[in-house]
Amino acid sequence: MAEYAAQGKMPEVLFFVGCAGSFDDRAKKITKAFVKILNNANIDFAVLGTEEGCNGDPAKRAGNEFLFQMQAMMNIEVLNGYGIKKIVTACPHCFNTIGNEYPGLGGNYEVMHHTQFLKSLLEDGRLKVEGGKFKGKRITFHDPCYLGRANNEYEAPRNLLEKLDVELLEMKRSKKNGLCCGAGGAQAFKEPENGTKDINIERTEEALETTSEIIATGCPFCMMMMTDGVKAKNAENKVEVMDIAEMIASADDL
Amino acid sequence: MQYIPNIIFFIVLVAGVGYFTLNVRKLIRNIKLGRKVDASDNVSQRWSNVFRIALGQSKMVVRPIPGLLHIIVYVGFIIINIEMLEIIFDGLFGTHRVLSTILPESLYNFLIGSFEILAFLVLVGVIVFWIRRNIQKVKRFWAREMKGWPKSDGNIILYFEMVLMILFLVMNAADQQLQALGAAHYAEVGAFPISQFIAPIFSGLSEASLVAIERGAWWLHIVGILVFLNYLYFSKHLHIILAFPNVYFGRVEPQGKFKNLDSVTAEVKMMMDPNADPFAAPPEGATEAPSKFGASDVMDLTRTQLLGAYTCTECGRCTSVCPANITGKLLSPRKIMMDTRDRLEEVGKNIDKNGEFQPDGKQLLDNYILREELWACTTCNACVEACPVSIEPMSIIMEMRQYLVMEQSAAPQELNVAMTNIENNSAPWPYNQMDRLNWKDEN
Repeated sequence: MAEYAAQGKMPEVLFFVGCAGSFDDRAKKITKAFVKILNNANIDFAVLGTEEGCNGDPAKRAGNEFLFQMQAMMNIEVLNGYGIKKIVTACPHCFNTIGNEYPGLGGNYEVMHHTQFLKSLLEDGRLKVEGGKFKGKRITFHDPCYLGRANNEYEAPRNLLEKLDVELLEMKRSKKNGLCCGAGGAQAFKEPENGTKDINIERTEEALETTSEIIATGCPFCMMMMTDGVKAKNAENKVEVMDIAEMIASADDL
Repeated sequence: MQYIPNIIFFIVLVAGVGYFTLNVRKLIRNIKLGRKVDASDNVSQRWSNVFRIALGQSKMVVRPIPGLLHIIVYVGFIIINIEMLEIIFDGLFGTHRVLSTILPESLYNFLIGSFEILAFLVLVGVIVFWIRRNIQKVKRFWAREMKGWPKSDGNIILYFEMVLMILFLVMNAADQQLQALGAAHYAEVGAFPISQFIAPIFSGLSEASLVAIERGAWWLHIVGILVFLNYLYFSKHLHIILAFPNVYFGRVEPQGKFKNLDSVTAEVKMMMDPNADPFAAPPEGATEAPSKFGASDVMDLTRTQLLGAYTCTECGRCTSVCPANITGKLLSPRKIMMDTRDRLEEVGKNIDKNGEFQPDGKQLLDNYILREELWACTTCNACVEACPVSIEPMSIIMEMRQYLVMEQSAAPQELNVAMTNIENNSAPWPYNQMDRLNWKDEN
């Protein structure tokens, strides 16, 4: 983004990569897949790069409002400094926090989840998606809590899957009733409390019941939890966990 | 002498309504112990929620069987209460079925007939509810927090409703026999689609015994209703009243939007302002003590949260969808609400006794809600979504976490590590912020 600013240009959209998308090996693949799609569709976009910081969601949900607001204000300073208007992110946590909680602290942007953004590209005819290798495949979609219940977006990811001509199989608990993967509320950074089962195992079992070949999701943290769940169930050769952006990128063989 | 029943009725009515009013005032006082909330926004959305969610029961029918039964009991309960007008008038003025002398006969018969059908449906619904609780043993009614009083409370309410409906039908049955006998006072009015099947039981009884049965059922019915009214305050059944205000004050923003603490904003802004003087004396007139961060007791919660605690009818839909609870963790969102109410009641009794709250060495945190419960929440909002009356157990969990972290620095060790990382290198993991763009050049 600094380069854009130096040239006095303004990108169409800012891609807020997020911590997982920047550092987690699995999530980085989602980042790259999404960037491939953006490049392929000739979208003029920028990233903050080293000027980006954690949006503060895990700190806030863990109860550390100070740390959250520090992070938020720093990001807002940077974003406002560049005059950013529109943000897209591949992480529902960044999406929710920046979209819902930054306005109260002086950060007002149009924020889109990457599935919403891709859907809008399709509608505008700037992106074409064909089923390719996913045509007819049995696929279930795991609703990320911070995209679904938190912000009522259930259709954008499903619309994209429909475009891939997949056979969409819903889990018993989906959409409004979707079961959390177990990562939210800063749980991703700690061991779970004592119980009879881990949440990601419960959710993975439910996904496996659908006999899907792919578990699709739209969140790097759900990705981690579901991938771990699939490993724990020794189902790696039966089912793959993929982000919708990865599916679209690989369907088009980008 | 002939006015004695009317006088007794008047006394019973005043005592019943009076004691209830007293308790409602106590309830309002207790709720006002919480922090004020501003609910002046989105007025039309709030009313629409009241009509849709509270009156229209839109979230109850998410589970069709209990939802439908609940609607029957609810509609029955409300409509049969029209009959209360007649009962109160008759009781005060010694009339019998006064509405029949005012309304056209066909309308009166229609009303009584529909009351009877509704009473029967309510009876059936309540019996099915009892079976679901006690024979089918639906899991959410048998959770850890449902032992003892909460379990009896649930059943007592059902017994109350069964008895009240039976008394209403018995009263009508005896009335029919008396009408048939042409007894004085018992004019031939009303339609009795249900109690006509009970009436034959009383055939052949003397007029005096029939009058005794009819009057007995009438008195027990009205006294029962007054007792039930007063039972509400001590029971989870308060939801029949509080569901409406609770939905009104409920959330009108996206569920993912958590409130930003204004007190923190002020401090953070000062921290980021190079010209701020950290040692500056507080401005003139600022006598208010700095507020506590987060909540450790009921007084730290908002009035909406406390109202929610009284509104909760312990149906357990929240707990049955909670990912932590499903996987055997200690956390149960329903217990969060029940604990909040229990503690609020304890604080209320303390105030009754001492005039104002005297510290009792207890608080909501630790004495009621354990830290292990609080840290198990994934903030997934499933409990909030599931609640048929817009209660938000999750918001209480979040405010108690804020207290633990910001007042006590008592987060689990691993979270402290993640938060230190965020503080130092702006990511929850120990990676350098300068490496944030490395993915660009990796394969």
